[in-house]
Amino acid sequence: MKYMDEYRDETLAQGLANKIKARSSRTVRLMEICGTHTMAIFRHGIRSLLPETIDLVSGPGCPVCVTAQEDIDRSVKLARIPGVIVTTFGDMLRVPGTDSSLQSENASGADVRMVYSTSDALKIARNNPERDVVFLGIGFETTAPTIAAAIRMAHDTGQTNFSVLSAHKLLPPAMDALLSGGNLEIDGFICPGHVTTIIGTAPYEGVVQKYGTPCVVVGFEPLDILQGILMLVEQIEEGRADVEIQYTRAVRPEGNPGALKIMEEIFEPCDSVWRGLGVIPKSGLAIREKYRSFDARGRFDLEVPRANEPPGCLCAEVLRGAAKPVECKLFRKACTPRSPVGPCMVSSEGTCAAYFKYHAP
Amino acid sequence: MCLGIPAKIIKIEHGMGIIDMEGTQKEVSLLLQEDAKVGDYVVVHAGFAIQKIDEEQALASLETLREMASELAEAESE
Repeated sequence: MKYMDEYRDETLAQGLANKIKARSSRTVRLMEICGTHTMAIFRHGIRSLLPETIDLVSGPGCPVCVTAQEDIDRSVKLARIPGVIVTTFGDMLRVPGTDSSLQSENASGADVRMVYSTSDALKIARNNPERDVVFLGIGFETTAPTIAAAIRMAHDTGQTNFSVLSAHKLLPPAMDALLSGGNLEIDGFICPGHVTTIIGTAPYEGVVQKYGTPCVVVGFEPLDILQGILMLVEQIEEGRADVEIQYTRAVRPEGNPGALKIMEEIFEPCDSVWRGLGVIPKSGLAIREKYRSFDARGRFDLEVPRANEPPGCLCAEVLRGAAKPVECKLFRKACTPRSPVGPCMVSSEGTCAAYFKYHAP
Repeated sequence: MCLGIPAKIIKIEHGMGIIDMEGTQKEVSLLLQEDAKVGDYVVVHAGFAIQKIDEEQALASLETLREMASELAEAESE
């Protein structure tokens, strides 16, 4: 496919790898924040091309993985309400809540449907006017505008049986929270390319200024990732900390103003609970008062008891980059993709699922 | 989940873009990229075009990589 295949050229990849090796004089720890990067790094065998001086660690960028246990429990509670159709992206179905998952609810008669897009969820609402259709809004800034657009469409067309349980998260506040902990020693961030197509580069300036940690916005093909790593290594070797864009074909410094506008219109920032990171101020998105009739939190009783993490599960540490999946006692034993204990093994983008699939035992 | 696929808009009908993905046609919303035109390549995420692809930038970045690879090859052969 155009704009993909040419960024997989092996000769150019080897050239980049050689250059990284030549430029890298000291050991550095780089965090890829985005789960899509985690998968791409494994799938394309990027680690095997890098010198030993480069340590790549995964961050909290898998939306399913960082969704609070309480929000999973809320979605299960929603599915149990008679007349409700729960719609969601596929990865959410198998995440174990405290005593059930959406998939088990579906098996016991609840109506849970996987959709590819919020447009599909709206279509289900149109075709089932006597039912309440709720979309589980998870995801980062890449996805949030598509959900804002659906709420706007529902509002404009009077689709009153549609609502959203918003559990969206914003990535730059999580980067700040990770660095403010102070003990992770992250030397640079491989910033999420598609999130940045929306938000632009301004949100990373704070991280660079406050912590002096270089940020490079990177695409998802092998040459993108290698070039992004080279740009980070060069910044570190030169003692610089800047926000730079490697993924110039898709990322503009100002982001996507239209998408930002619709997000701003529908959502407002709120404090949000992240699995592994706890409450991070202004890192979530709540539906504004004007659109409250589309907010599932207002329409249904979604109070749930405080939930505990599964015993022995290291997802919380893995999500902060403080532990690798192989350090977890449950990994490959009690916890596998067929029978996952923690969310990092459920999502196809979860760090544990990626290690399970690609990392030799 | 932040997967984005580059695809060409081949038609626009009723405000929706029709894209071609390796021979399969799919409908995408242009609500988040309202100035997209037929012939543009866009990044598609969850049924929406979220950004246009800048062809000039795409070519320039590949050119930079090719130059770098040939410089390195020359340096090695010296």
